[in-house]
Amino acid sequence: MIESHLSLLIVVLPLLAAPVIAVLPNGRLPWAVSTFVSWSVFYLAAWQLMNVSSGNVISYELGGWAPPWGIEYRIDAANALVALIVSGIAALTLPYALKSVIKEIPQKQHALFYAAFMLCLTGLLGIAQTGDIFNLFVFLEISSLSSYALISLGKKRQALTAAYQYLIMGTIGATFFIIGVGLLYAMTGTLNMADLSQRLPELYEHRTIHTAFAFIMVGFALKLALFPLHLWLPNAYTYAPTVVTIFLAATSTKVAVYVMLRVVFTVFGFSFIENTPADELFLLLCVMGILMMSFYAIYQKDSKRLLAYSSVAQVGYMMLGIGLGSMLSVTATLVHLFNHALIKGALFMAIGALIYRVGSSRLEHFSGLGKQMPWTFTAIVIGGLSLIGVPGTAGFISKWYLVLAAIEQQHWLIVIVILAGSLLAVIYVWKLVEVLYFKQTNENSQYTSQQTHSKEAPLMLLIPMWVLVIANVYFGFNTELTVGTAEQAVKLLLPSVNQ
Amino acid sequence: MDIILGHYNYWLVIIIMMAGFYTVISRGNLVKKIVGLNIFQVSVFLLYISIGNVKEGAVPIIEKGVTLYSNPLPHVLILTAIVVGVATTALGLALVIRIKEAYGTIEEDDIHNQDQSL
Repeated sequence: MIESHLSLLIVVLPLLAAPVIAVLPNGRLPWAVSTFVSWSVFYLAAWQLMNVSSGNVISYELGGWAPPWGIEYRIDAANALVALIVSGIAALTLPYALKSVIKEIPQKQHALFYAAFMLCLTGLLGIAQTGDIFNLFVFLEISSLSSYALISLGKKRQALTAAYQYLIMGTIGATFFIIGVGLLYAMTGTLNMADLSQRLPELYEHRTIHTAFAFIMVGFALKLALFPLHLWLPNAYTYAPTVVTIFLAATSTKVAVYVMLRVVFTVFGFSFIENTPADELFLLLCVMGILMMSFYAIYQKDSKRLLAYSSVAQVGYMMLGIGLGSMLSVTATLVHLFNHALIKGALFMAIGALIYRVGSSRLEHFSGLGKQMPWTFTAIVIGGLSLIGVPGTAGFISKWYLVLAAIEQQHWLIVIVILAGSLLAVIYVWKLVEVLYFKQTNENSQYTSQQTHSKEAPLMLLIPMWVLVIANVYFGFNTELTVGTAEQAVKLLLPSVNQ
Repeated sequence: MDIILGHYNYWLVIIIMMAGFYTVISRGNLVKKIVGLNIFQVSVFLLYISIGNVKEGAVPIIEKGVTLYSNPLPHVLILTAIVVGVATTALGLALVIRIKEAYGTIEEDDIHNQDQSL
């Protein structure tokens, strides 16, 4: 019974939980319910991944309406992997949230906060699960609207302007996306992605299809913060409450990258993209994005903003894989999707633990904290090594595949850029380490009184953080889940190359 | 002539779309930006509704003697998009109210200056 409705339950469970949580009394109950729901969804997503990891595809017809007329949820290894990332990060963020939210968000908003969090989770999982391109838009807006609300809950008033800025840019992106979808529908008469992929090849030369493609690409480039459309991201990540930053940094841009993969490879097919300037443009923007955003990250004075710029650079790595368009490079994109979620999740959780103790995210207020909070500090070091891509960590695996893919196509410039990006990452990770460990505690700071008393972060923050840190090391050695699943997914995404 | 008159619905959509998009980009007033965003979205609604029309097609209600109907699906899709648009506007305006409370202004330049002077 559960198994046949598995793919729908993953989306419906958090959707139904959200209004229930909203009316619960403030206190621990909303937190407990949402944690329970997120763990159940994580369990279901793992189950789903096991069902499709051998290469078969689950097709679920909503309400019994046969596709392509009804909405179809079509699950293959790529969807299942993304759903697992999103639900897994949610399941780890929520235990972390309990203490962090009490400190950062007024008590009377707790129930509503968790309700919005569940809605955001619904939206992101829905995007991952659905096989209908208009349904995807609806879920995109569910996740976006709830994340605007979540970001605006930040303590500083800049959180409001950051949320507003994101709302304007996000809505423009989503509207561009539906313009593209509308044009596709006008030409093909279908909204089902699998159906679209069969009807589009005969229309490849048509100008409307090219316009539709351009609108969809620009729309989602805004959503996934591809350089130079990333302007909303640094402010949003910096001023959002810590828990929201962790969740969004680890999931929302990843889901947008997944949509890009789906649209480029399943809906349009890479042979279409090759005949447009889009793939070269992607490579150019990614190369510029990786270098410039890593430089920007070096000069930041705020730890969250530093990691936010690093996130924009990392999105560049993922999009490089799409631009190269080979089996190896798309495998690298999917693996990096997974690994980067682990890396940024761990790093933002560690930064969050520092903020929990110090009450500020500015680097100068962190001086000397590394010695007082050794566990958090070690988490930052290991997460940082993984971000750089040191062998033995998860980050190495994805960069290794990406470099292999670039060498395979003899794109030497891209190989150099990937390595240069890693060197720049060494610098900005070192900046964090230097402040935390080698700087003396600043006696004149207004944060001193708190600092002298600061001790290690509470266990509720340390455990989820260390689960992610250990996962970073584990997936650096055991690549069966990540690379294995990604290779299965690529076989379905790039059938033409496979034969 | 045919390219203008024959596709008048698309021209209308493009004009409204650009007017809205330009407003979003050029205005510094946060409420005006939301108004622009609304106009921008309305143009997309019109695009969908106009492509659903089938030439000589009747209203899509089953009736005896009618064989050609307009396509109702784009209208249904746009009902969803309108709901999303209303929610976005509501959230955007709520944020503007909070910004007004926090900064005392809704002009982008003033807000920027206040944040810089900190």
